[in-house]
Amino acid sequence: MPRYFTEDHEWIDVEGDVGTVGITDYAQSQLGDITYVELPSEGTDVTKGDSVSVVDSVKAASDVYTPVSGSVTAANAALADEPELVNTDAEETGWLYRIAISDSSELEPLMDRKAYDAYVAGL
Amino acid sequence: MNVVNASGWKPSMGEGGTSGDAVTASGDRGLMLEEPLIFELAGEPTTGVDFEHCELEPIAALDKHLRKAPLALPGLSEGETVRHYTRLSRQNYAIDLGPFPLGSCTMKHNPRLNEKVARLPGFADLHPLQPGDTIRGALEVINELAFWLIDLTGMSGVAMSPKAGAHGELCGVLCIRAALEAKGDAREVLLVPESAHGTNPATAAFAGYRVENIPATAEGRVDLDALKARLGPDVAGVMITNPNTCGLFERDMKAISDAVHAAGGYVYCDGANFNAIVGKVRPGDLGVDAMHINLHKTFSTPHGGGGPGSGPVVLSEALCPYGPLPFTAKTADGIVHLVEEDNAAEFDHKQAFGRMVAFHGQMGMFTRALAYILSHGADGLRQVAEDAVLNANYILRSCEDLLDAPFGQSGPCMHEALFSDASLAEHFSTLDIAKGLIDEGFHPMTVYFPLVVRGAMLVEPTETESKKGLDRFIASLRHVAQRARDGDEALHDAPHFAPRRRLDETQAARKPVLTWKPAAED
Repeated sequence: MPRYFTEDHEWIDVEGDVGTVGITDYAQSQLGDITYVELPSEGTDVTKGDSVSVVDSVKAASDVYTPVSGSVTAANAALADEPELVNTDAEETGWLYRIAISDSSELEPLMDRKAYDAYVAGL
Repeated sequence: MNVVNASGWKPSMGEGGTSGDAVTASGDRGLMLEEPLIFELAGEPTTGVDFEHCELEPIAALDKHLRKAPLALPGLSEGETVRHYTRLSRQNYAIDLGPFPLGSCTMKHNPRLNEKVARLPGFADLHPLQPGDTIRGALEVINELAFWLIDLTGMSGVAMSPKAGAHGELCGVLCIRAALEAKGDAREVLLVPESAHGTNPATAAFAGYRVENIPATAEGRVDLDALKARLGPDVAGVMITNPNTCGLFERDMKAISDAVHAAGGYVYCDGANFNAIVGKVRPGDLGVDAMHINLHKTFSTPHGGGGPGSGPVVLSEALCPYGPLPFTAKTADGIVHLVEEDNAAEFDHKQAFGRMVAFHGQMGMFTRALAYILSHGADGLRQVAEDAVLNANYILRSCEDLLDAPFGQSGPCMHEALFSDASLAEHFSTLDIAKGLIDEGFHPMTVYFPLVVRGAMLVEPTETESKKGLDRFIASLRHVAQRARDGDEALHDAPHFAPRRRLDETQAARKPVLTWKPAAED
């Protein structure tokens, strides 16, 4: 299943026309201990680049921008009690929300793992 | 190294609190006092006041809302209560104990002359519902302070009533909304640069606007081209902090204002950092339409738990007609009137957007701020700005060899010096520096803000610190910075000498315990 990355440090796994979105391990390492994650509600229609979620840490509150347009189909309920999952496992169990992708061509400008790693190394 | 605390308690005598080699029955350590919570202090439910017994009929309408069990109040005598809070206050840190270098907070000395004036019974004992004829002196104070604030900022009017900075922001943004709606041109977006105060986007959202960020340039100022590119018929205006939270003056302010005005929008300036430019720059000359002034910062009224705050908003000619009620106005006969709903028409103020507060504003802060202004005079206020900027630059240049100063090359800073965590050893953070400063006997600086700088440390000394005081602070900051560069592991456990060791801030944020509950009975 292909995984894409944004310059704002979100990742998205794509399976068919459904994407799973989270923030990268690099992003969580920069934020420090996560204390709260505000998630989008199911059924919300979002446009690529919209701020759809907020990740609060001991240092800052950071917006999460959706890498693609579509309709939110699920949010990671486990984060309500265990926001630290984003710290311990940002790119797997610490996922934020699932989205029914409305326009898969929006994935094309995103980075693959290799390009993202090079991008982070240059920061 | 400065020798301080030559005859008092020293860290070498052992740690504070209850640990150490000598154990006391009380848990206190000499006159360093431990203190339980007030509920834990309570014994038998008692009251410190002797009420006359009286029988009252319950009010029938209250019905099921009538209290059936007594309130769980601690029940301490007046003396015990006073001691509790005084003992707690000895574990606290205050501007009356030492420097409070919180960036963007302007924690300066509160002159005692202000306090003397504010306690005059003609000001201190007034009631907000007293008839106007009995409070002419107080109204004169509000009017005189308004005159100074208008004059110092080069604006047309001022709304005195907002109760603090963010409340002032809301007042200013509501004026912008009222002005646009009066033109039938309600707009949707407020632009907020990255270098603005954190309250700005919150205010814009609260007032019903969509917030869009404007990036900062590499030198830490608003990106003028990016701002111009975003302006358009949907943009109500911009909220800009000047000097900004990188401690820099927005040199393009006039060009920003001109561009926003040309696009039909208004300019809100966050005046929290006015301390750096008071008497030097008039925001009205830079095209600002609304700006709040934190009397509890620039004009030395108490701040940080000692408050309350007070945030008058100066307004441009374009926004004045929409300013809130009440306000003061002097008529030709020399009498100062309070302009409210019933007499607004007489004073030709029919488009007020409403009120921010029920009464007149923070009267106790008005008297203090006016005392401060009149005791300094125009020349003294100018020197406030000059000394505040000089002090911040002294800290910046005294520490930039040890601590990375990301905008050190952008020219002199204004009222605050900004450092990042870039020069610290791996696994050492800004938080370690902050905690290390507590051991050194200082309140830490603002940390992790502004967000545009990684591991930001924002230091604002203010003009009220002496050179000697600054040198002591610098020596401590350099010492802690050197420890963090050298990888001194003990710094991870700081503070060692405070009443409490390092607290679990993450747990406090994730699972806050906000109310006291009695321990479960076994």
